[in-house]
Amino acid sequence: MTLRWRQIAFLAAALGVLASLVVPISSEAADGLFARPLLLIGTLLTAALYAGAAFASPWASIAATFAGVVLGCAVTLGLLHDPAIAGYAGSGFWLFVVANWGAAWLGVAGLAAIKPNDKTAARIVDLAIPIMFGAFVFYLWEVAVRGFGVPSVLLPPPSSIAVRFFSSLWMLWQDFFQTFILGVLSGYIIGCGAGFLVAVVAHRYTFLGRGLLPIGNFVSALPIVGIAPIMVMWFGFDWPSKAAVVVVITFFPMLVNTLAGLNAAGHIERDLMRSYAAGHRQTLQKLYLPAAMPFIFNALKINSTLAFIGAIVAEFFGTPTLGIGFRISIEAGRMALDVVWAEIALAAIAGMAFYGIVALAERATTFWHPSYRT
Amino acid sequence: MAFASAAVSPLRADGNMRAPDPVVSVDPTAKKSPALAVQARGVSLTFQTADGEVQALSNVDLDVAEGDFVSFIGPSGCGKTTLLRIIADLEQPTAGSIQVNGVTPEQARLQRHYGYIFQAAALYPWRTIERNVALPLEIMGYDAAQRRERVEHYLKLVNLSGFERKFPWQLSGGMQQRASIARALSFEPALLLMDEPFGALDEIVRDHLNEQLLRLWDQTGKTVVFVTHSIPEAVFLSSKIVVMSPRPGRIIDVIACNFPRQRTLEIRETPEFLKIAQRVRAGLRSGHSYDE
Amino acid sequence: MSSISYAARPAAVRWHPLVIRYSPVVVVVVAIVMIWYAAAVLMNLRIVRDQFERDETPYTVAQLIEGTLSAERPLLPAPHQIVETFADDVFGWPVTSPRSLVHHSWVTLSATFLGFLLGATFGIVLAVLIVHARTLQKSLLPWIICSQMVPILAVAPIVIVVLGSIGLRGLLPKAIISAYLCFFPVTIGVVKGLTSPDPMQRDLMRTWSATPAQIFWKLRWPASLPFLFTSLKVSITISLIGAIVAELPTGAQAGIGARLLAGSYYGQTIQIWAALVAASLLAVGLIGLVSFFERWVAQSMGARA
Repeated sequence: MTLRWRQIAFLAAALGVLASLVVPISSEAADGLFARPLLLIGTLLTAALYAGAAFASPWASIAATFAGVVLGCAVTLGLLHDPAIAGYAGSGFWLFVVANWGAAWLGVAGLAAIKPNDKTAARIVDLAIPIMFGAFVFYLWEVAVRGFGVPSVLLPPPSSIAVRFFSSLWMLWQDFFQTFILGVLSGYIIGCGAGFLVAVVAHRYTFLGRGLLPIGNFVSALPIVGIAPIMVMWFGFDWPSKAAVVVVITFFPMLVNTLAGLNAAGHIERDLMRSYAAGHRQTLQKLYLPAAMPFIFNALKINSTLAFIGAIVAEFFGTPTLGIGFRISIEAGRMALDVVWAEIALAAIAGMAFYGIVALAERATTFWHPSYRT
Repeated sequence: MAFASAAVSPLRADGNMRAPDPVVSVDPTAKKSPALAVQARGVSLTFQTADGEVQALSNVDLDVAEGDFVSFIGPSGCGKTTLLRIIADLEQPTAGSIQVNGVTPEQARLQRHYGYIFQAAALYPWRTIERNVALPLEIMGYDAAQRRERVEHYLKLVNLSGFERKFPWQLSGGMQQRASIARALSFEPALLLMDEPFGALDEIVRDHLNEQLLRLWDQTGKTVVFVTHSIPEAVFLSSKIVVMSPRPGRIIDVIACNFPRQRTLEIRETPEFLKIAQRVRAGLRSGHSYDE
Repeated sequence: MSSISYAARPAAVRWHPLVIRYSPVVVVVVAIVMIWYAAAVLMNLRIVRDQFERDETPYTVAQLIEGTLSAERPLLPAPHQIVETFADDVFGWPVTSPRSLVHHSWVTLSATFLGFLLGATFGIVLAVLIVHARTLQKSLLPWIICSQMVPILAVAPIVIVVLGSIGLRGLLPKAIISAYLCFFPVTIGVVKGLTSPDPMQRDLMRTWSATPAQIFWKLRWPASLPFLFTSLKVSITISLIGAIVAELPTGAQAGIGARLLAGSYYGQTIQIWAALVAASLLAVGLIGLVSFFERWVAQSMGARA
């Protein structure tokens, strides 16, 4: 975006904010902004910041933009406290929100265009962009749901989800323990461990490897979650059946990837080991396994998401009165969607944390791989 | 040791190739039977490929005495690397016999008689330089104190002291190759097998490494079998040059060079050097004419 | 002397290349089938023995084993039982009957196809946008990756309920869930493919002053096709899984997921297995379909046969 267009965009945003002073902010009779001194000051400041960002230097512009966005969001959220506005928001209100949106976009775009030389600064910027983007999406969600008056039975605003989340921590913890710790973790460890061991054996005896690999590829593509009812039949309603599903789901990707990794060591490195008259176990320990680490972690990351999905889906087929999947299906049937969303938030946090831990472990052990150095 | 006289031209009066000198392992005026590091008789290797048979080596007879620095030189695909790999028991010949240090290549490998240096440094990226050099020592069961001592000694020998904690990607190509030489020396094998180790490096670094390798050879007295396709490098480094023909690989000529052991790069401009280089070049060219 | 003379060896026995290629798989499959039969006998032993004792009929070992391989509600059905039930459910009923596996397969397949179409299109469009807009790449891509760490199938009930309350039932909610699940591999794969041309090629384009659109159509898009097809294969199997799972929380009446649920409620073990076999065949068929297109496209682009 050229400078001229950026300036025009910023000025348009400022105008949009100012428009809320004159265009009605509610379709019902409600006090305009002139009757709310605090919010009025906020509005004017926001417009000033946006206008200023149009002409400031790049870093100052970004700072001004984000300050303005924070302020503007606060003002609009503050406006929503008025019951005459919430649910009946008028065009003046929406012009303000759209102006915020535009400014936020310009801010994020500005950040993305910067290429700081310092490595930590670059990493901070790389983290900041998606975080700000995500935060703004949450804001939009909140404002849209409350401004349009969407029935919370259909789609609750993030604030009420947060309230429900923090007021049901004990129930959430129990569900988390049942699904994740008992079901996912135990199944993940057993499944990945078994896949790894079988792959090591299949690598040693090539005939076995060449027979297992196509089968492993084949089974990985199948809808394994379908065995959940069978597992319930074999292991009962409680968590062992969920763990069993997770074991089967994680076994094959781990087998296929580990085998690929063990075969990834280069010819020269293998000849080197042969020239040292190293035995198979020594070669395995010093060459094949370290070289296979990137592949193994690739499988571990994929499996972390598959395991979670498997456990939750398995719960749809029968579970004691505990568990994330159970809670979701029951509460969805009761249309208590805020509980459902709280559980989804729990699942989201748990899923991302699990993946993140595996990714961190990957970085620690495979730091030497070229993909980290580019 | 065979002394094919450098004064005799490889070409006959009618312009054809003189028959190669017989490869006799003992010079009648020298001491009685010096130990042979490598003795090959009639070695042939035929590969079975999807398109049929490929004969890589045909009837190779070769003697390498202990303490020799022998270069194999020839066009690409002539089987020089294959011959080296046969000595290393990385390939098995389909005919003929070969002995390495008096035993079969397999026994030589199991008894760790040689160190192999590849075209690429082949250092493990997940190990530091010192752990890379210690790799064969770990496999062969040396204890930690011995490993540390040897790693330090050989890294100093190749001028890489101070780089122990670095990772391979932090070193230049020349330094990586030096580290791989230190690794091959660390368990003190009697025989060094080197497969175009400096091929991927630039001229100046190559010169440096040639000098260092020569110094190492002089100091340690090992036998070196060196594969290259650079004529100046072969003539500079070797005490004996084996010229090979294109596929199927045969030995065309064996040329002895007896430059002083403490030589410098300046000898590359001397007339003796050029004469030997010319003889090598003539051998290579004549090899090519077999196909025309 | 300990030198070995390598006399000219006779050529090794040459197996036909097909034998070399397929014998390991065949051997492993046969081994699996044998283990399966043994497991079926062992696992069904108790219920069959209980049944005999309840009926107070004397039994021999042979009758016991035969019983384990033909039980009506076995813990682990024998392979031939599954094949039989599968054949019955597929060929034994008219195709439109609600008891026919073909009918259920078609219901699931239609959701799969629609979801795949939506998801793949969205995935490709998103990938193109991400490659061309640096802002999107840095702000959206991390969230897309995060979205896949969230077990989205947990959201399936909500989506169906919400869409149901605005009047969208049946095919579309399932397709939307499938689409959500399957757009991600396509996006990641196509992004990788669009950025795969090496810098040399891109520099060449710059020397010709090519516009971004020209660079896209003449360089990036053709280069991304192999990546696209690989991710399409993954994506279509995921879409199938999504369609099956989407049928679960609402107790749908038709579809393979519904079949699994019904089998689970009524204890019809063999029915469950037959439905699984159907699902597996569908998955294989879908991958084969994508592979067929891949080969056709590759050949028209001059790839070696």
